[in-house]
Amino acid sequence: MTTVLDPTSESRPAERALLQRPASLEGQVVALLDISKPRGDVFLDRIEERVVAAGGAVKRYRKPTFTKPAPVDLRHEIATQCTLVIEALAD
Amino acid sequence: MSDASAVPVLPEGLVVIVKRECATCELVAPLLADIATAEVPLTVYTQDDPTFPGTVPATHDADLAISWHHDIETVPTMIVVRDGAEVERTVGWHRDTWRRLTGVGDLGADLPDMRPGCGSMSVDPDLEHVLRARFDSDGLAARRVEFAAAEDPFEAMFARGWTDGLPVVPPTAERVHRMLAGTTRAADEIVCIAPPDLVELTVEKIAINAVMAGCQPEYLPWVIAALEAVCTDEFNMHGVLATTMPVGPVIVCNGPGTRAIAMNSGVNMLGQGNRANSTIGRAVQLTIRNVGGGRPGEVDRATHGNPGKLSLCFAEDEEGSPFGALAQSRGIPAGRDAVTVFAGEGPRCMVDQLARTPEELVASLAAMLVAQPHPKLVIGFDAILLISPDHGRLFREAGWGRDRLIAELSTRLERDASTLVRGVDGIAEGLPAGFADAGPMPKYRPGGLLVTYGGGGAGLFSTVISGWVNGGTGSDPVTVEVTR
Repeated sequence: MTTVLDPTSESRPAERALLQRPASLEGQVVALLDISKPRGDVFLDRIEERVVAAGGAVKRYRKPTFTKPAPVDLRHEIATQCTLVIEALAD
Repeated sequence: MSDASAVPVLPEGLVVIVKRECATCELVAPLLADIATAEVPLTVYTQDDPTFPGTVPATHDADLAISWHHDIETVPTMIVVRDGAEVERTVGWHRDTWRRLTGVGDLGADLPDMRPGCGSMSVDPDLEHVLRARFDSDGLAARRVEFAAAEDPFEAMFARGWTDGLPVVPPTAERVHRMLAGTTRAADEIVCIAPPDLVELTVEKIAINAVMAGCQPEYLPWVIAALEAVCTDEFNMHGVLATTMPVGPVIVCNGPGTRAIAMNSGVNMLGQGNRANSTIGRAVQLTIRNVGGGRPGEVDRATHGNPGKLSLCFAEDEEGSPFGALAQSRGIPAGRDAVTVFAGEGPRCMVDQLARTPEELVASLAAMLVAQPHPKLVIGFDAILLISPDHGRLFREAGWGRDRLIAELSTRLERDASTLVRGVDGIAEGLPAGFADAGPMPKYRPGGLLVTYGGGGAGLFSTVISGWVNGGTGSDPVTVEVTR
């Protein structure tokens, strides 16, 4: 993994801007990211059922701790394997 | 810096780190009094509010040194310290674990079995770069950007818009440290304010972009000086960016330092192949792009631009020059390193292979100069004149220095205003009608022709680099001494 120093004025987030939402879930590969809070997996199981019913495929991921952003390798994996991400904060 | 980066020692016994803005910390606050009465000493650190928890004395970890250096990710965290070393820790509230670590058998009987904690302030993404600058011994304040192991760092930098269309060198901390060794100035020193976003430009940010450009550390003082120069009101970098004209900063380097860093003042001196020439100019452009926020299609609205906007930086051949260094003519003492920045277009070749006297040559040069950037526009545009060795020989042998050359050119560049007025010769461009009786007009304002010297030993060609609009509404050349 390479870590570099940000060459910009840092007035924008290091990541890129969001794309537009697609019109439907047909043919999309949706990443569901478990942030490791208790019973989050139960909630995501229900979400998975609804995504599949709407015509999408689902891949499940888990990040090691909710106190930090997902590791960069996990983010890269999601970006290369999926077309959509559902990310939600929970408590 | 070394004090802040030293890891603070934790006291013996139990150490608990909390913050008021945490429901779980509020939940366990009453228990801390129970734990404090046990045999093992208890030390409580509070991250935010020093009056919390209130049930026991607490130390305010105001600068988050304890939390940062001991990798506190969650509050509450309880750490068992024995003989100066951490033996075990637990995060959040977990009754069985807390009873075991504290030895208080009935601890928290009326609390839920467990409750997750909250994020520690020392892992707040908004604070990360502040804390890193405060505590890491590497002394670099810039935000870190991670690329995944499977990600190509060069593609990643293209994707983030950090490049000028060519690949850039990944600015790792190690490379930036090495670059910073090229100057004695502190990394956090603010050099100037970078347009268009008016950002404070630190030595560190310049070094990061200099790494990306491919500079050697010994080039850094030149890059810094050039940025000091372009960020002045006189040079007006914002205007140079925003104009639809094709101009960009042209950097003329003078002094013995140009030879020390092996700049090119000879064959192909305006072209490719020399690392110092190419990367110094490129570092200035990348810095204005990345830190200042000046990018093509955004603030940069050039109709065509020119390849010199990637980089156009050269050194004069001072030893061979009959004219003395440009920087000297602009007030820098002889023998000192300096840069002169000029808002210029791309270079234009001026051919004369037959002149054998200085008079013939200046007549020829004047005929070509008069057309830049338009034959009927005068005074409002400056120009850099780069005389080649083959052309320069004629002036040297005749004993013509800088002032004589400019005077001889000026005589031949003078034309009557009536020939320059709009509409004359069927050309709409030109001077307003009111100038019709103004008499002889010079092509250049006083000081508007910047004479320089250099190039390969063979070739009866010189070069003109014409400029943007000059004066208060445009850009004036600026000369800055290079300091290490």
